[in-house]
Amino acid sequence: MAAFCVAASELLHNMKQISGFYPKASCVIRRIRTTNPRCDSQIQPRAKSTPQQLVGVVGLEIHAQINSSTKLFSGSSVRFSAPPNSLVSFFDASLPGTLPVLNRRCVEAAVMTGLALNCNINRKSLFDRKHYFYADLPAGYQITQQRQPVAVDGTLTYSLLEGKKRSQVIRKNVHIKQIQLEQDSGKSLHDDVHSQTLIDLNRAGVGLMELVMEPDMSCGEEAAAAVRELQLILQALGTCQGNMSEGQLRVDANVSVHRPGEPLGVRTEVKNINSVRYLARAIDYEIQRQIGILQRGGTVQNETRAYDSKSGETIPMRDKEGLQDYRFMPEPNLPPLIVYEDNASLPAGIDACQAVVVQKIKEGLPELPSIKRDRLVQTYGILPEHSFTLVNEDGLVEYFEAVLMATKKEPRKVIGWVTNELLGHLKQQDLSVSQSPISPPALAELLELQETGHISSSVAKQVFQKMWRSPGKTAAQITQEHDLGLVSDTAQLHSICQKVVDSHPDEVHAIRNGNKKVLNKLMGLVQKETKGRADPVLVRKILQEKTS
Amino acid sequence: MSALSLAALRTSCGVPPKIIRSTSRLLSNDGHTITNVEKTFHRRSCCVQTYILSVTRLYSSQPHNPKVPKMPTWEPVPEDQLPQPAQIPADLVDKLERLALVDFRTKQGLECLEKAIRFADQLHVVDTSGIEPMDSVLEDRALYLRDDAVKEGDCAEELLQLSEKTAEEYFVAPPGNIPLPKREERAAMLKHSEF
Repeated sequence: MAAFCVAASELLHNMKQISGFYPKASCVIRRIRTTNPRCDSQIQPRAKSTPQQLVGVVGLEIHAQINSSTKLFSGSSVRFSAPPNSLVSFFDASLPGTLPVLNRRCVEAAVMTGLALNCNINRKSLFDRKHYFYADLPAGYQITQQRQPVAVDGTLTYSLLEGKKRSQVIRKNVHIKQIQLEQDSGKSLHDDVHSQTLIDLNRAGVGLMELVMEPDMSCGEEAAAAVRELQLILQALGTCQGNMSEGQLRVDANVSVHRPGEPLGVRTEVKNINSVRYLARAIDYEIQRQIGILQRGGTVQNETRAYDSKSGETIPMRDKEGLQDYRFMPEPNLPPLIVYEDNASLPAGIDACQAVVVQKIKEGLPELPSIKRDRLVQTYGILPEHSFTLVNEDGLVEYFEAVLMATKKEPRKVIGWVTNELLGHLKQQDLSVSQSPISPPALAELLELQETGHISSSVAKQVFQKMWRSPGKTAAQITQEHDLGLVSDTAQLHSICQKVVDSHPDEVHAIRNGNKKVLNKLMGLVQKETKGRADPVLVRKILQEKTS
Repeated sequence: MSALSLAALRTSCGVPPKIIRSTSRLLSNDGHTITNVEKTFHRRSCCVQTYILSVTRLYSSQPHNPKVPKMPTWEPVPEDQLPQPAQIPADLVDKLERLALVDFRTKQGLECLEKAIRFADQLHVVDTSGIEPMDSVLEDRALYLRDDAVKEGDCAEELLQLSEKTAEEYFVAPPGNIPLPKREERAAMLKHSEF
């Protein structure tokens, strides 16, 4: 298997050189791949007669909006919602006589992202113009980096949780072809009533990082996991806020189907995907649709389709008219962008704020999510799938660590409370961790009470819910108020147990004859008497004494 | 466009007529200037004195740069060295029209296009093997990197004034991407239009 993969990657390398002619096609490269057993199970076994099943091939093109104060080539502000056309400079409106001036923060963001994804950073990268006519592109061209982008040849490692309880962690890689800087276009609102389009240029000129991925994925779940991982990485780096619903992370999927070993099929591009969940659904729908077409004997058309979240289907978009010729040309107003390896390679006399040094950025990289997960598993001995839950939620790791600091309880026991109880309640009310009514010290106190035997675990859950509803009250207060403290007074327990034993002679007889399970019924009765506050271990011991 | 003008100087020394004739050949690209030369010649030839004609640029006070040749030194490339003249099929013309949004389907337009391509074919004579293409004369300059500070924007009113049609602070454009009609349909459309 390993040898096969090596051979396949060498073949791919040779073919990559041939495929240099295709600037934007990310799915044209031929690959020989084996089927993914996981994703096979999703394909309905309609074609039992065909020798090999059709499998999907998915490649993603991701546009991530760079988290900077100003736009890529002009000094106007970047904000999500603002009055229309208020964040537009003369350059963004493409007035004659304006020139682009590159933003250093955007270059640093691109280099940081490239380093986090193990890319080679190109020392010299060039800017090009991509021409097409559309009302929200006032200049008629977009400044991008098609010939020589900032970073090439990287890997995105993501993990799939599989198995019945989603406890198996399978690591997969997606190869990243390139990361390039480019301009965003404006926003167009289609007014069909008056048959016109309203253009808002606030978004025009904002810096984007385009990540082009190879078609290494085969189903919607893999793509969704990869995008989720990318979101976490970008958020950890601070280069992009990664909010798909606000348009900060836009994903277009290139989907095709083929039989393993055969050349890739015709691909379609799926756009208008607003969340990670819709991404998985859209890709799966598209794969099924294409398989259906091929099985009926038709051919898949190379087109662009939009995803409709209400119906869960992809519909063809009217706007695109076949293959576009973008007439790429070098941007004459921008010299090549030079990025320096380290301080030693800086030319003499250069201003510090004019140089982007890769070494410095590499040293300043924050902890990436995968490293964080490994560290959590190592330090606290929690299960890998719990580390995923912790890192996935913003702020949960800090919460968890704060609780651990305040309690002596084992991390493995605390994690259950954090991932099930706390997270469950947060999700129910759609709150973030920072909005939790129960603070880490309060939760720690509750756990301490349970640990020291003051309350039983079932009572602890009740106290948790009461604490949730009345924030500010501590666990101790609630326990006292509702008299939920564990009854450990042996004399009292003895008397209660005696009462139960006396009132149920048949059960006692059964136990004495060897049926030990009836003891649980007696225990249940004792718990009912004490309203669930009896220490179960003690009760069982007492009952066993009395019934022996 | 031509920045040459004749300044006739009276001198005492004789001027070989060769120089005068070569000067007029220099100006042969610009028909307008030739007539001026001839006229000046006719007017002044009645006088006995000879002149040195020195060619100077308008508004230039420098003497003639010796590095610049006084006569054109280039020769047109012979036809046999050029590649085959390019054939432009109708589909390609259609595609070019759509990309550039320019109508040039007339006989004159196509001839102009073919001449332009022929002119550019001369570049094929130059041997560029092993040489990196240069895409800008700025290639050895440092790209200036700007600080991430907000300095522009907030001029919505000014920008909206430039547009003929606006609606509540939005620019108004025709709906979506209306695909251009196919070649045959367009010919029919143009026939009925004013053009």
